[in-house]
Amino acid sequence: MVVNCEHVWTEISNYVDGDLDPALRAAMEQHFKGCKHCTAVLDGTRNVVQLYGDDRLFELPAGFSQRLRRRIVQEASSSGFRSARSLWMLAVAATALVAGGLALGNSAAFREPDLRSALAKPPHGVPANLMVAVCDEGKVFHVPRCKYLHKHDDENPRMMTAAEALREGYAPCVRCLREYLSAGIECPRPASEQPLVAVKPPLRNDRNGF
Amino acid sequence: MGSLPRKTDIRVEAADPAELREQDLLGRVQAGEKKLFYELVKPYERRVYSAAFAILRNEADAEDAAQEALLKALTHIGQFRGDARFSTWLTQITVNEALMRRRRNHSEVMEPIGERQEEDGSYTPRDFADWREIPSEALERKEIRQRLAEAMAMLTQKYREVFVLRDIQHLSIEETAEALGISRASVKTRLLRARLMLRDMLAPGFGGAWFVRLPFEKGSKPW
Repeated sequence: MVVNCEHVWTEISNYVDGDLDPALRAAMEQHFKGCKHCTAVLDGTRNVVQLYGDDRLFELPAGFSQRLRRRIVQEASSSGFRSARSLWMLAVAATALVAGGLALGNSAAFREPDLRSALAKPPHGVPANLMVAVCDEGKVFHVPRCKYLHKHDDENPRMMTAAEALREGYAPCVRCLREYLSAGIECPRPASEQPLVAVKPPLRNDRNGF
Repeated sequence: MGSLPRKTDIRVEAADPAELREQDLLGRVQAGEKKLFYELVKPYERRVYSAAFAILRNEADAEDAAQEALLKALTHIGQFRGDARFSTWLTQITVNEALMRRRRNHSEVMEPIGERQEEDGSYTPRDFADWREIPSEALERKEIRQRLAEAMAMLTQKYREVFVLRDIQHLSIEETAEALGISRASVKTRLLRARLMLRDMLAPGFGGAWFVRLPFEKGSKPW
């Protein structure tokens, strides 16, 4: 392989970097032996690489290191502070969450309602938006036309949803709403008496005998 | 006429105390001892600054960019997984920071006309001055360093960036291409031109003009 000067110039950078295939490298070395100009270009290119690769070439501005160090220390401190502050905030948030959870757990909205009757059983499956009627002196809630609603004649029944009634501690009437009583409660009623509200199909197998 | 040994060709084994110290510092900084970060980057502060300076060509801007780049490196130190050398990672962050600042300042419109030259044509050296020897004390002289810096500043941006990353930062062709978002072929072409242009600018001076001893340097005053 024979190379001319122009070819050498296009590959001289790769030659300096040792990034050439052996045949081309050998051809260039042969060329350098007889070409003073290309040898001068090669020497100069190698010197450029060597000079600029020297760490002494670039001087840092006066005080550069001190300013850099100061900024890094400042940043490291503030990030440490931010980190500590974040941890502290996290701890406060967790505490608040726990306290809030306890408060909610103790609130009427979330705790199991205290039933007005010590003998009442917790209700089961009452539709929350079912409109029911209660009396202030009573212990159970009823469907509006339940005949057991008006035993307190001196009071006007209040209408509310079943959810609200439950929160106030009322239990379902064992006659008009017995389908919503907890399992195990026995509330026999006369065979002639028909339920006053459309009830959901029994959810428990043990209610098949009712 | 063998090739020059490059710093990137010299593989430092794990037993190298400097590398062991860097690994130790890196691990501690990543574990949260962030105040040690300066010790970790101290060997590279000159390199980081020169990378920023090559792109921004202004001392104050370069210092700002270098500091900002290193602070970003500190913030994201946990993301460094050792896939590349730590110095390369720092250089890439610095180059990105400097390029972003340059775009923000719209300084590319101030580039010389040569910036828009095609790069697929061949480059013909203009000067064949003999420059065989580098005086050993050359870089000790401030005016020589100044001449070298001025010559590099005369390169157009795209050549200067590649030259700095490759020949000053000692990144590989692939790393340079990745840092600048250009192809390997473009890196090679730009590097060739940058080196030859610098040789053209510097050879006459190094060939003799800068090293002719004037009469009054011999100890005899001219007056």
